[in-house]
Amino acid sequence: MVNLKVNLCGIELDNPVIPASGTFGYGYEFAELYDINVLGTFSFKGTTLNPRFGNPTPRIAECPEGMINAVGLQNPGVEKVISEELPRLATCFHKPVMANVSGFSLEEYAETCARLDACDQVGWLEVNVSCPNVHGGGMSFGTDPKAAAEVTAAVKKVTKKPIIIKLSPNVTDIVSIAKACEAAGADGISLINTLLGMRIDLKTKKPVIANTMGGFSGPAIFPVAVRMVYQVSHAVKIPVVGMGGVSTANDVIEMMLAGATAVEVGAANLVEPYACKNIIDSLPAAMERYGIQSLSEIIGGVKLWEKM
Amino acid sequence: MIQTIFTVTENIPLTKDVMKMTLTGDCSHITVPGQFVNLKIEGRYLRRPISVCDRQGNTLTLIYKIVGGGTEDMSRMAPGTEIDILTGLGNGYDLSKSGDRPLLVGGGVGVPPLYLLAKDLIAQGKQVTVILGFNTASEVFWEEEFKAIGCAVRVTTVDGTKGIKGFVTDALDGIDATYFFTCGPEPMLKALYNKTEISGQFSFEERMGCGFGACMGCSCKTKYGNKRICKDGPVLEKEEIIW
Repeated sequence: MVNLKVNLCGIELDNPVIPASGTFGYGYEFAELYDINVLGTFSFKGTTLNPRFGNPTPRIAECPEGMINAVGLQNPGVEKVISEELPRLATCFHKPVMANVSGFSLEEYAETCARLDACDQVGWLEVNVSCPNVHGGGMSFGTDPKAAAEVTAAVKKVTKKPIIIKLSPNVTDIVSIAKACEAAGADGISLINTLLGMRIDLKTKKPVIANTMGGFSGPAIFPVAVRMVYQVSHAVKIPVVGMGGVSTANDVIEMMLAGATAVEVGAANLVEPYACKNIIDSLPAAMERYGIQSLSEIIGGVKLWEKM
Repeated sequence: MIQTIFTVTENIPLTKDVMKMTLTGDCSHITVPGQFVNLKIEGRYLRRPISVCDRQGNTLTLIYKIVGGGTEDMSRMAPGTEIDILTGLGNGYDLSKSGDRPLLVGGGVGVPPLYLLAKDLIAQGKQVTVILGFNTASEVFWEEEFKAIGCAVRVTTVDGTKGIKGFVTDALDGIDATYFFTCGPEPMLKALYNKTEISGQFSFEERMGCGFGACMGCSCKTKYGNKRICKDGPVLEKEEIIW
């Protein structure tokens, strides 16, 4: 019997597979399709202090081996998530859930996290620092080590549960940002968020997406994600959750060899609704194929070529 | 919703860029007219949502327009091709509000989903009138099929090469309808919304990510709150629409 269990920031997961925020709603659409308790956990839809409608449509563009989205953090706001979404989720999911939080100021991050931290169902808080800082000229918190550390510290001050900072890949040096978050008290790092992308419709000469640009995800970005997970996980001591184009059991193993303790699956859920279930079902056979007894033992186990 | 494999049995052109595809597979999850299916096309990342024109037993009929790479690939699929399909998506039309004399208004590739609707309404004993709008005579399709099931059919073409010259809204005179159902390009839907006094249901089109309510890619605002075209739609009631 192979062992799929991993420990993420002090909480044991039955397996490392976690649907990524924004591709799994608040869980119950997928609960109609399969028992979502087979998952390690899942990261729910990015939640903000106030309700948001998000960006104008079209919000989606097709790409070779991927897609671009500019949903714009549509969500009902933290109050409704706690009063409506979480009780509904409790009827179909009986494990700790990962609460994904976004904000546009330090105060907003702190308040939203504090409120979700108080919910029994929440196991971890995953803090998305890719949003623009409205008080900082609109630049994303996640592109500046100092701003990312400030978010981390502000959230840590008001919470008890593990804080996982979700990093943007659209930066010059992701390692320095990860290190700044670790120094500010982060319990874990997750990466990568989507890569900034753009498509143009040749007939209309307009961007395919109304917001002009959006986040590129899907199998096309997997090699970039593996590289960044490798770089970050070898530079910090806290656990790293790897994501970006993961679609198969082999991808999960590759991400873990690069240094991921757990692995999020995003875009794949949208084109293949059973993607996470299929990955979990096929992990044992994939592990046996590569001589892996226990997944937790391969974390960061990539064997580098000897230098000539 | 279920995920299942359908096999193409026929894939033929109706006009220069509109195709009819028939497939066999499990149609049991297509429960009401106005729903759609989402097709996985080899080499294309996102699925392609196509409205259901007809389903009878295990036979599914789709009518689609070639608008880009994905539908171009579809148009080349030979009989025997197997397609991974999510079926039974979307809310579909609510037939209970039709009254005795429903009017169905379709524009271009908005016409197909009205066919199954017309069949079901006629089976309920309703007196169905259909207005089909196209740009020009060579683009007209499915007129005879509507007539064959017992609908009173009016065709409009923008250039007047067939039927009534003008838009679908130019063909409303003299029709005493109890309610209407429509599907077509948004300018047509809006014109119909503004010109009609009776109530109705509108089927909308939007670029989708997943097609089953997970990604929020196709959200819209309505008077009854935010809705997802793929899951809470594609059919919205006249009273809730915000243009």
